[in-house]
Formats: sequence, C-alpha cells, structure tokens
Amino acid sequence: MTYGNLATPSSGSVRRSGVAGGPQTANLADILERVLDKGLVIAGDIRVNLLDIELLTIKLRLVIASLDTARQVGINWWESDPWLNAQAADRAAEKSRDRHELEDENRQLRNRIEALESGERNGGSRSD
Amino acid sequence: MAGAVVTESSCVWIYAVADEAAPPFTGGPIGVGGGPARPLSGAGLTAIVGSVAPSEFGEAALRQNLEDLVWLERTARAHHEVIETVAKERPVVPMRLATVYSSDEAAAGMLRERAADLRQALTRLTGRSEWGVKARVTMSDDSAAGQQPETDGPASGSGAAYLRRRRAQLTASQDARREAVASAHAVHEELGRLSASARLYPPQSPEIAGQSGLMVLNAAYLVADDRAEEFGAAVTELAARHGALQLTLTGPWPAYSFTGQDETEDAR
Repeated sequence: MTYGNLATPSSGSVRRSGVAGGPQTANLADILERVLDKGLVIAGDIRVNLLDIELLTIKLRLVIASLDTARQVGINWWESDPWLNAQAADRAAEKSRDRHELEDENRQLRNRIEALESGERNGGSRSD
Repeated sequence: MAGAVVTESSCVWIYAVADEAAPPFTGGPIGVGGGPARPLSGAGLTAIVGSVAPSEFGEAALRQNLEDLVWLERTARAHHEVIETVAKERPVVPMRLATVYSSDEAAAGMLRERAADLRQALTRLTGRSEWGVKARVTMSDDSAAGQQPETDGPASGSGAAYLRRRRAQLTASQDARREAVASAHAVHEELGRLSASARLYPPQSPEIAGQSGLMVLNAAYLVADDRAEEFGAAVTELAARHGALQLTLTGPWPAYSFTGQDETEDAR
C-alpha cells in the first residue's frame, strides 16, 4: 500500500501544525471530527439536528477514519464507540464481497495454471 | 443592534456560549452564511450567534446542504473560525455544527433551560485548552524490503527464496507495527498524565490527513493553560524517545472534545 511519494521520515520529529493565526490552515479532518463529533449537543428547534447529524457523522467518519488502518494495526481503543458497531453490518457485507472477489480471482488463476500446465500455450510468448 | 440586520424570518446559528461576566463579546467575526457573529443574552450567559437565512439553513435546506462536502467544509471552517476567535478572549463552550434556532427568543430559551449544564462546562473549561496529538509511522512492505538481511546467492531468484524473503518482510513489518502501536500507547499514557482529560479519535486516512504514514494515535487532551509549555515539551521529549513515531501537535483548540457529554473527568 503506497500513497504517492513516501518521504523518508526524520527520526523523532515533532511537527507543529498551528490551528490559529499561523501560516498553516487547520486540517479539514481535524476540524470536522471536532465540530461534528464533539461540541456541545443541544437540539435546536430547527429539527435537523440530532439524527441527521449522527448519520452525517457516521458517513464522514468512514471517510476521515481509516478503518482498514485501524484493523491492520489492531488498534481497538475506540471499539466501544457505538458508531463502529452501527457500521459492523456494512463492513461485514463489504468483507464478504471482498472475499467473493478473491475467490473469483483464485478460481481464474487456478484455471490458468491448469491450462499452462497441460501445455496449452497457444501463441503465448514466454518472457524469461 | 449594531450592523446586524435581523429579519423576522432569520434563523439563529449558535457558535458557542460564554459567561456574561467574562470579557464581553460585542460582535464581530464574519461567520456561517457570511453574516457577522453577535451576542445574545440569557440567564447570565452570552451566546455567540449569527443570523442565517432559512433558505440555506432551514430544516430542509440544512439537511440537503450537510451532504454537500464543499458546503460542509465552508460551513465547518466558518463555524470553527468564529469559535476560535471568540475563544481567544474568554472561555467558551463550543456548540456542535448546525445548532440552529428559529428565533432569538427560542435561542435565549435554550440558554435558560440549559444554564446549569453550560455553567458546569464553562467552569471545567476555564483556564484549559485542547491540544491535538497525532502519531504516524511510515512503514510498508517496501520499506521492510530494504532491510532484508541476506540473499541466498545465485538461488535468490528462485520461488522458495522469494517466499522466504517475503515471509521475513511480512514478519518485520508486523513487528514494526506492533512496536509502533505500543509506542503510541506509551505516548498517550504519558500525555494523559499531564492532562485533565483525554479523548481518542479514530486514525485519519493518509489521503484525508494529507500526509503519508500509518496513523497510530489521534488524540485530544484538555490541558491547563499554565501547563501548556510543559505539555509541548513532553511531546518533544516523547518524539525523541520514540524515534519511529512522527508526532504532530496541534492547538490550542477551543475545547470541542471536552464539552461535557459522556465526559469522565480524569484529573490524574
């Protein structure tokens, strides 16, 4: 998994990102996770608030948060977080889809190997 | 009312709430929807509010607009900028994005109703600020490949050697991950000791954060202002101790993450 150019990190670095007045604008993800997810929740009388924002927050967190990353490193600090549970069904669906794709790919590869091994190399030019 | 045109049909967007006794807020920064923020009093508290058009911020419009990432970014930034500006002069309780009332009276009613909660939150947040700390580690199978210890001479191109090499790479990268997570735990624990309270967020994806590397810590800490320097020094020290981690310190933020709900005060 690579994301563009991976810069070589300097060891033991602290990068300071200003959020105020500094030349650097605060990162959008930092702002969104704070203003949507936290902040005092009081339902206004314009009744868009709670439910819609919960849904929006869940959607955005899927974008902002890297669930794969979390699973990969086995971080579970926030697993008690209700939104993760709400997404469990979706993730299960996604996983099973991934598995189907893998199974398909495996089947195709197996077929190809069989074809190659049985000597059917019609017009195939072997490189190395 | 200085400058602010408040028509009867405007909605009221609430940014934050301050104590009336704090340095008074007289209005000023341009906020959500392009209008200036203004004060609104009730129950000895001052809400920092703005008048917004129902055509953009009314019930139906808001629901639709919140789905629009461009609109959402603009609005979130405007909301944040007003809160950040007013928080520099006085303690505030930041409100969640899109807390909207139909009138000044309705908003003032909320102040009266929630006065006790709001005061409690103000007391807790006074003299404290939120700091964000993220830890990343750069690793990939490619980087592990750079450290492969030996090649098996002429046979290194064979399938078995490839698999051996590949297994070694994967093991190395798993070990590095485990180590990074353990370091992140240690960092979090140490910073928690310097904080009144701490909150963990899920890690951000590299694309969104605009930085490469695997995020292993994304946390917010509520730190007494007179310990802010100590906190910053601790981050620097921890970065030196855990050389594999790149730490990012952001702040001070308005105390979004510590407004009180499901809050467990944890002053260690």
